[in-house]
Amino acid sequence: MTHLDGNVLAGALADIFSVDLTPASARCTGCGAVAQLAEAMVYTNAPGIVARCATCDHVLATVVDAGDRLWLSLTGLSGIELRRA
Amino acid sequence: MSFVTRGFSGRARERDPRLPPGQTLVQDWPVLSAGPTPRIDTAEWEFVIRDETGADHRWSWDELLALGVEDITADIHCVTHWSKLEMPWRGVSVDKLFENVESQYDYVMAHSYGGYTTNVPLEDLLDGRAWIAIEADGEPLDPEHGGPARLLVPHLYFWKSAKWVRGLVMMPDDDPGFWEQNGYHLRGDPWKEERYW
Amino acid sequence: MSADPLTRPDTARRRPAWHVATVAELAPETPTAARLVLDVPTWPGNDAGAHLDVRLTAPDGYQATRSYSIASSGETSRVVLAVDEVPDGEVSPFLVRELRPGDQLELHGPLGAFFVWQPSRDDRPVQLIAGGSGVVPLYAMAASHAAAADPAPFRLLYSVRTPRHVFFADELAALVGPAFDLDLAYTREAPDGRQGDIGRITKDTLAARTIPAARRPQVFVCGPTGFVEAVASWLRALGHAAADIRTERFGGT
Repeated sequence: MTHLDGNVLAGALADIFSVDLTPASARCTGCGAVAQLAEAMVYTNAPGIVARCATCDHVLATVVDAGDRLWLSLTGLSGIELRRA
Repeated sequence: MSFVTRGFSGRARERDPRLPPGQTLVQDWPVLSAGPTPRIDTAEWEFVIRDETGADHRWSWDELLALGVEDITADIHCVTHWSKLEMPWRGVSVDKLFENVESQYDYVMAHSYGGYTTNVPLEDLLDGRAWIAIEADGEPLDPEHGGPARLLVPHLYFWKSAKWVRGLVMMPDDDPGFWEQNGYHLRGDPWKEERYW
Repeated sequence: MSADPLTRPDTARRRPAWHVATVAELAPETPTAARLVLDVPTWPGNDAGAHLDVRLTAPDGYQATRSYSIASSGETSRVVLAVDEVPDGEVSPFLVRELRPGDQLELHGPLGAFFVWQPSRDDRPVQLIAGGSGVVPLYAMAASHAAAADPAPFRLLYSVRTPRHVFFADELAALVGPAFDLDLAYTREAPDGRQGDIGRITKDTLAARTIPAARRPQVFVCGPTGFVEAVASWLRALGHAAADIRTERFGGT
């Protein structure tokens, strides 16, 4: 299986955030490209979910799910733009 | 809220005393990937150990093989709950690589082509417990499984056995690698079920 | 369902949650896929194009979760999925072969505010491009568009193996009209021996059979990863702005 895209992050992130982050735009700290999270390349066949920049492959975010606990890293993203409904 | 789904068993799973807690046996070899698969020609491949002085000890592919390739039989345990038993491997013992490397540091960061990192205590890599593996199941390692060469540290969870390994950097402290920064255990002993922080 | 923005349900209030679904109906959709009609009393409704996660639990506690696009939309507690069986898969073979009416499933949703279409946002034309079972969320958009009597012109270009592999074949045919155009592109076998038309979608197919970039269509592309990436790059080459192209890849097992 190859990668999917950021749409698949919605379920994992819905457990943590009260807004859907997948249409949010954010800046890649690797190359500076600004894109919506849904457009990221997402690898799900891994010990955690890994979202990478579609422009430069830099790791944008990871989600590690231990059932009762969950680790979220957004270290590859800066300036996350959220729109009010 | 969670309930058993009638009729669902998931992939065929078996119990075996050689399985660490929470692991299930698989016959196939699942491919896990956290990014694009690097394709590295052995003509360009290079392995480096960087010691605390910043000096690099380098091996080309042929130089690695010249250190001596040995047969290994190992059980491997992936943190995503699958294990494979008595898998045949071939590779070069990490002991051979460290024969001429002097270091006072106790920890190592393994680096891979593609940018992956994982931290390992040096003692987990020595005394015949770790290899630079180049073959599995009688075949050269596929790129999907980490070829041309991956680290093989079968007594730790398999995320420590870095695919596409290209070097080891000596560290004074046990700094976390990629998964270890993002929720997974600093050491990852499957028999102690050290999965997460 | 109303197309009036004033009375349109506030989708921001459709918070994702875990739900218990009961299988109401199961039917073959194609030779390899099944249609699942689920009763979900707590379902808050969903936008066209949204997806949900299905979580299965084995007796020993093992769990497997996969995302599926929703073929239904709007304010309803009946949720329709169409699941294509992935050979050697883990979840899709169970859903296609083992599930029975009356069985219960755990669902998480509705999910995804990116790959959705809402009526009357603007009157720009909409081009839908589907590969295989990637048609499911696009069918939901086309059905929602028709139900809302939305005036924006819609076109669907649907790459599919054979006539027998068309998802929602009757429903899609019934939607065809002045505001909806359906264009099937067969990759293996066409009806009535139209052998000349067979083949994979190419950049030339897109140039000839989709709404041109000059009309600034909103484009939704859904299918396997390779299909989506090829189509998206050709759309860019044909002059569509990146912001006008929304994509969703699938490949779950």
